[in-house]
Amino acid sequence: MEYQIIWFVLWGVLWAVYFMLDGFVLGTGMLHYLLGKSEDDKRVLINTIGPVWDGNEVWLVTAGGATFAAFPTTYALMFSYLYTALLLLLFALIIRGVSFEFRGKVEGQGWKKGWDAAIFLGSFLPALLFGVAFGNIFAGLPMDASGYHGSLIGLLNPYGLLTGVLFVMLFAVHGSLYAAVKTRGDLQVRAVAMAKRLWPVLLLVAVAFLGYTNFATKLYGNYISHPVLLLVPALAVAALLGIRVFAAKEKLLAAFTASSLTILLVVGTGVTGLFPNLIPSNLDPVYSLTIFNSSSSQYTLKIMTVVAFIFVPIVIAYKIWVYRIFRAPVTIEDVTKSNEAY
Amino acid sequence: MDVLTLSRLQFAVTSIFHFIFVPLTLGLSILTAYMETRYVMTGDATYLRMTKFWGKLFLINFALGVVTGITMEFQFGMNWAEYSKYVGDIFGAPLAIEATVAFFLESVFIGLWIFGWDKVSKKVHLLSIWLVAFATNLSALWILLANGWMQHPVGYVLRNGRAEMVDFMALITNPSGVLKFVHTVLSGYMVASFFVMGIAAYHLLKRNQIDFFKRSFKIGATFGVVSSLLVFLSGDYSSAIVAETQPVKFAAMESIWETKQGVGLNLLIIPNEKGECNEVERFCVPNMLSMLAFHAPNAEIKGLKDFPRDLRPPVTPTFLSFRAMVGLGMFMLLTSLLGFVLSRWGKLEDRTLFLKIMLFAIPVPYLAAQLGWIVAEVGRQPWIVYGVMKTSDAVSRSISVAQVVGSLAGFTLLYGGLGVIDIYLLAKVAKKGPEI
Repeated sequence: MEYQIIWFVLWGVLWAVYFMLDGFVLGTGMLHYLLGKSEDDKRVLINTIGPVWDGNEVWLVTAGGATFAAFPTTYALMFSYLYTALLLLLFALIIRGVSFEFRGKVEGQGWKKGWDAAIFLGSFLPALLFGVAFGNIFAGLPMDASGYHGSLIGLLNPYGLLTGVLFVMLFAVHGSLYAAVKTRGDLQVRAVAMAKRLWPVLLLVAVAFLGYTNFATKLYGNYISHPVLLLVPALAVAALLGIRVFAAKEKLLAAFTASSLTILLVVGTGVTGLFPNLIPSNLDPVYSLTIFNSSSSQYTLKIMTVVAFIFVPIVIAYKIWVYRIFRAPVTIEDVTKSNEAY
Repeated sequence: MDVLTLSRLQFAVTSIFHFIFVPLTLGLSILTAYMETRYVMTGDATYLRMTKFWGKLFLINFALGVVTGITMEFQFGMNWAEYSKYVGDIFGAPLAIEATVAFFLESVFIGLWIFGWDKVSKKVHLLSIWLVAFATNLSALWILLANGWMQHPVGYVLRNGRAEMVDFMALITNPSGVLKFVHTVLSGYMVASFFVMGIAAYHLLKRNQIDFFKRSFKIGATFGVVSSLLVFLSGDYSSAIVAETQPVKFAAMESIWETKQGVGLNLLIIPNEKGECNEVERFCVPNMLSMLAFHAPNAEIKGLKDFPRDLRPPVTPTFLSFRAMVGLGMFMLLTSLLGFVLSRWGKLEDRTLFLKIMLFAIPVPYLAAQLGWIVAEVGRQPWIVYGVMKTSDAVSRSISVAQVVGSLAGFTLLYGGLGVIDIYLLAKVAKKGPEI
């Protein structure tokens, strides 16, 4: 029994960390048109995420793999029920990944413009689709004993779309703060201004989301029965306000840390509300997929726990090490004089 | 067409496409790491240029291998939900472990390697490419342990309406999986060595940077000869394992219809699936097949007729793919051996015919690797997990024909486009040659 709970927590943490890390990559990709006025600016932006995007995306692969290994029934039903949405997500992520690598390999206006559009779409679409998918998971899917009764259009309900917009705004603010930390000069000034301009919109969407969640989902049930859990959304709101406070004081790293925490805690708020469900049924709770009725055997969970507890800290250690190596901001000179830069 | 057929087609398209890029990554990561090692040890600038030139090709190829890998993971849930539910308890573990122990390592250190030339010491930079090479091969180990389990399921019991893992050690020491790993990564090393030899041959034919490309060719040829020999050795063990654990696949690979002792190997066979016999059998090496399968001249080999028709794989594609793979393997063993001798003791740049052959031989190991997968996967039908679950029971129930038609069309278009762009970029960089 306790292994299921460990894996529920790990499941939530993997998704939250993925959104925190890929969030700024997706955000930077969405905004590189608006922030990058010149070709050099765009290259600087792409090179700020160049060394890390691939490693960040692996959190998604791991979150997917962990769902498969720990909760195979949820993995199977979630992926087949959300077939078309996931397909679009896959296409977008595939295009984004190759864009970074291919864009700089040929000189030519048309070539670069094409890949710029691919970077934008490959960043915006995943942000929106992840939000729509998680909004629908929070609200529950129409499923019962005979299977799934939803459709792609059905996923685009107001709450799903609102969550989609929330994710887009979270990542956009997060991405502009990342760009602000990692660049200098005009580009940095534009990135800070962008974060400040987007922040009120994010606040508005976040408030709407928290309000609408009360009507569209049963997420608040856990908070009502265990009020101490309200700490999670309270901290999320505090982190969200912290972004603005630190941005105003030009404490960019602190503002970026605040936006990282905001993403972690927003996902944490949703996942805490879900427990013990992984995907609730909005037709009848009997058919909800929970951590108990969709999990692997105790033996498998035990093996996976050992693997996770040994290797995840190692992964985090070398990731921090590599992030530290690349902590310096990227300048135009870095990009133009290097043969290897994107 | 129904959801099952379309989903199988989609899995074939996406996995074949994924496996165009993976084998080169497996081998070229090691060759690039070797070149950089020589640079760090000797300080010879040619090795630095080699590292950068072959490394650039490595990266163009690497990108597509990574992004198409995510499709593979998602697809088990999207199209094969019944499979994922039934075997996820044991099959999900190696996939999750792969991501945790190998994929992170690879993706973090590839970033350090690409962008770290001026940020870290030479030795740390060298370490990062070795970690990439190690992690790539470690990834293959976990994926092939998962595939090995589908070929020869071990370490599980059927309980609670599904296959549950009871012995993790059995899963990771499964001879089917371990041998599949060895055989597959070696085939990747052959892809890389023929890639290097082929591109080097192109430049040698043009008399372009002769010293650089002769040295590159020599590295490729040495790696190729060793890999080709080991590929045969591991292939021999693999087919013996198949004979023992999947006798019906073995019978299809060799097109053997009747159960007999002391079976010979016919060099020429034309199978007749409808008539359950071989149209033509010629040039028999007596007792050879029994030797190959069980290492005993009089061993009994089960024929296809011992198995009900609906439990046999399609014989012709399995048989032809296997024969063609072995034939291409022999060609590669001979050519890499010749390349090894010529690049060491001959005037390689004057052997224009041989160099032309090597240029056009670049696709050969790719083809052989794909044929090997056809033997493994088509030869396992009608099972998705041999003896445990049929492919027809594994497909998702909630998806529609329209959805899979759409996704199959989308994958074909997207992958087709990306494949063209990738090959264009590889050819462009390869033809341009190294920076001077």
